[in-house]
Amino acid sequence: MEMPIDFVIVTVLLMNLMMLSSSRIRTCIQIAAVQGILVGFMPVIIDIHSILPGIIIISFFSIILKGMIFPGLLFRALREANIRKEVEPLGGYPLSLLMGVLMFALSFWLTSRLEYAQPLISYLAAPVSFATFFTGALIIVSRMKAITQVIGYLVLENGIFLFGAVFLGAQSFLVELAILLDIFVAVFVMGIAIFHISREFDHIDTHKLSELKDLITKK
Amino acid sequence: MVTVLLITIPLFFGVVSFFIRDDFMRRGVIVACSGAHLALTCFAWGKQDFGLLGGWFVFDDVSFVFLIITSVLFLGASLYGVQYLSNESGHFKDENKKHKIFSNEAVFSGCFLLFLSTMTTVIASQHLALLWVGVEATTLASAPLIYFHRTKRSLEATWKYLLICSVGIAVALLGIFFLAVANNNQSEMLLAKVIENAWQINIPWLKAAFLLLFVGYGTKMGLAPFHTWLPDAHSEAPSVVSALLSGALLNCAFLGILRGYQICIAAGLQSYCQEIFIVFGLLSILFAAVFILGQTDYKRMLAYSSIEHMGIITLGIGLGGGAVFGAMANMLGHSLTKAGLFFVAGNIFSYFKTKKISDIQGIAAGEMCRSGVLWMVGFLLITGMPPSVIFFGKFIILKEALLQGRYGVTVCFLITLAVVFIGMTRIFISMVQGVSAEKKSKSDLRQANAFWRTLTPVVFFVLAIGIGVFFPVWLTRALEAAAKGLGWF
Repeated sequence: MEMPIDFVIVTVLLMNLMMLSSSRIRTCIQIAAVQGILVGFMPVIIDIHSILPGIIIISFFSIILKGMIFPGLLFRALREANIRKEVEPLGGYPLSLLMGVLMFALSFWLTSRLEYAQPLISYLAAPVSFATFFTGALIIVSRMKAITQVIGYLVLENGIFLFGAVFLGAQSFLVELAILLDIFVAVFVMGIAIFHISREFDHIDTHKLSELKDLITKK
Repeated sequence: MVTVLLITIPLFFGVVSFFIRDDFMRRGVIVACSGAHLALTCFAWGKQDFGLLGGWFVFDDVSFVFLIITSVLFLGASLYGVQYLSNESGHFKDENKKHKIFSNEAVFSGCFLLFLSTMTTVIASQHLALLWVGVEATTLASAPLIYFHRTKRSLEATWKYLLICSVGIAVALLGIFFLAVANNNQSEMLLAKVIENAWQINIPWLKAAFLLLFVGYGTKMGLAPFHTWLPDAHSEAPSVVSALLSGALLNCAFLGILRGYQICIAAGLQSYCQEIFIVFGLLSILFAAVFILGQTDYKRMLAYSSIEHMGIITLGIGLGGGAVFGAMANMLGHSLTKAGLFFVAGNIFSYFKTKKISDIQGIAAGEMCRSGVLWMVGFLLITGMPPSVIFFGKFIILKEALLQGRYGVTVCFLITLAVVFIGMTRIFISMVQGVSAEKKSKSDLRQANAFWRTLTPVVFFVLAIGIGVFFPVWLTRALEAAAKGLGWF
């Protein structure tokens, strides 16, 4: 167990809770960005003694993408959509926070059931990456706006990347670049969709997007 | 080399067609590209191609069937789509000029070809992470296609599709990471190498990985209860796109699950996976049956029928043995027939301008008699009447279930199929019979009866019947080879 790794991982966890309790969309985007940067540094921190050029490139791209480009895209969408800046969670903030903590407990329980073949770099890595994944899912489900759902998607991806960085080390870096490219395009397309939604509906509240339903759910 | 061409040709021309100003030329590019794709597919038939990039992109026995289906479907869709676009273009004339970088049709054409390219990438990928990249890319390439009509409803469908599928596929990415951990980070994620090392794989991690892959790609494939995006997207997209989503895209997502299954077979986890396949297969058929019964929208009905067929295919794979062959035959039949049905649905929509079942009567009696007959033929084929290849597939699956003594599964399967049949009969009969009340304008009729828009469904239905009756040897070999890769001995 090494100190800097655990420090970063705990910070990632705390950011999840911050995200669940903050009321402003602007803050949420910033937290997701900082979390993304921290996760982006992970591959370098883990292999600090033998850094390969491939790892540095991957780290560099993911930090640029998650720390600068994604928040840029989201801030732009926020400006152009001209929406109220509050998050509006279903069930209020205390419940969200409580769920966040419960999810962390659940992640601990889930990961304690898996056996590891090799010695671990950090015992916190698996539960925290799961908790981040679940937090992202919670944000997608419980927040009302299209833009907060995209933030949730980013948090969820942060969780997956944390897991990948800690457990896989350096895979083929072309493949990782392709994955990053995909996520970039996904967020880009979602940004365009948000712009269209705000233009068509005058709001981006996804719970009001309910025209498409089946008979059974309608009555 | 052929493999690389199959991916790069549509990719290149997809990007190019964003910038082509001339409508006529752009439509020509679509048809030429899809035709070239099918020609190359036929050329690649039976040849061992080692691809480039150290075997990352190669078609093997399992994926070749998927390639044939996709290629045939895209050629049909491009012919139908070109005529569809020339009919639709009137609606967008004034909008084209206004401060827009690309016209609506250019976006459609570009994304259409990119969709073909990404789908081929999924089919060819031997590298599991690249396969994930391909599946996510298909979502992104097809989202603008669903939003083609620029209505509120289509926007809602697009948003749900984007978000639900992206999150679902993110789960699959976690599954791939799990698989790498199970594999002790030993080799690259090449399918052949992972299967080779499967004897020393870590079983609990592999089990978790398979579950995550199943949920992730299952979302994209439309298995219940992860199917929620599917009826919305299929009903709001233009019919050409619905045909491709249903006939080609769902299969490709299933290929992702099958790749995980191949690894599990090699690691001796076949029966564990089979139980999962059977449960979710039956559940999907059940969900579809319930929602088809009270359906008021005929395109949604077709979408639920797709969920039903995905359930049947999954069930067939889960039963194993001969049923794997049945599942492959069913998949082939479903893709051809459902694409044809969506084409006909597009013609019906062009004429009646409504998707409500209760507003449509007497298609067969009025000016639309061609579509009426095709609509009825398609209905008989999709529900598995004897000359159809779907009948053949369902029959084999049923036989295998009985042979294995799984009477509970057999009874559930038969009852839900009967419910689906009853539900669909009510809808199709009420639409086709009776007297068509109002006369529509001549231009609507001309659009709905246009040559290519009638011919493509006819060809697809004839293929579905022809394969069911003759079952050519070369096709049987291809399906057998695929089934052998999936645990049929």
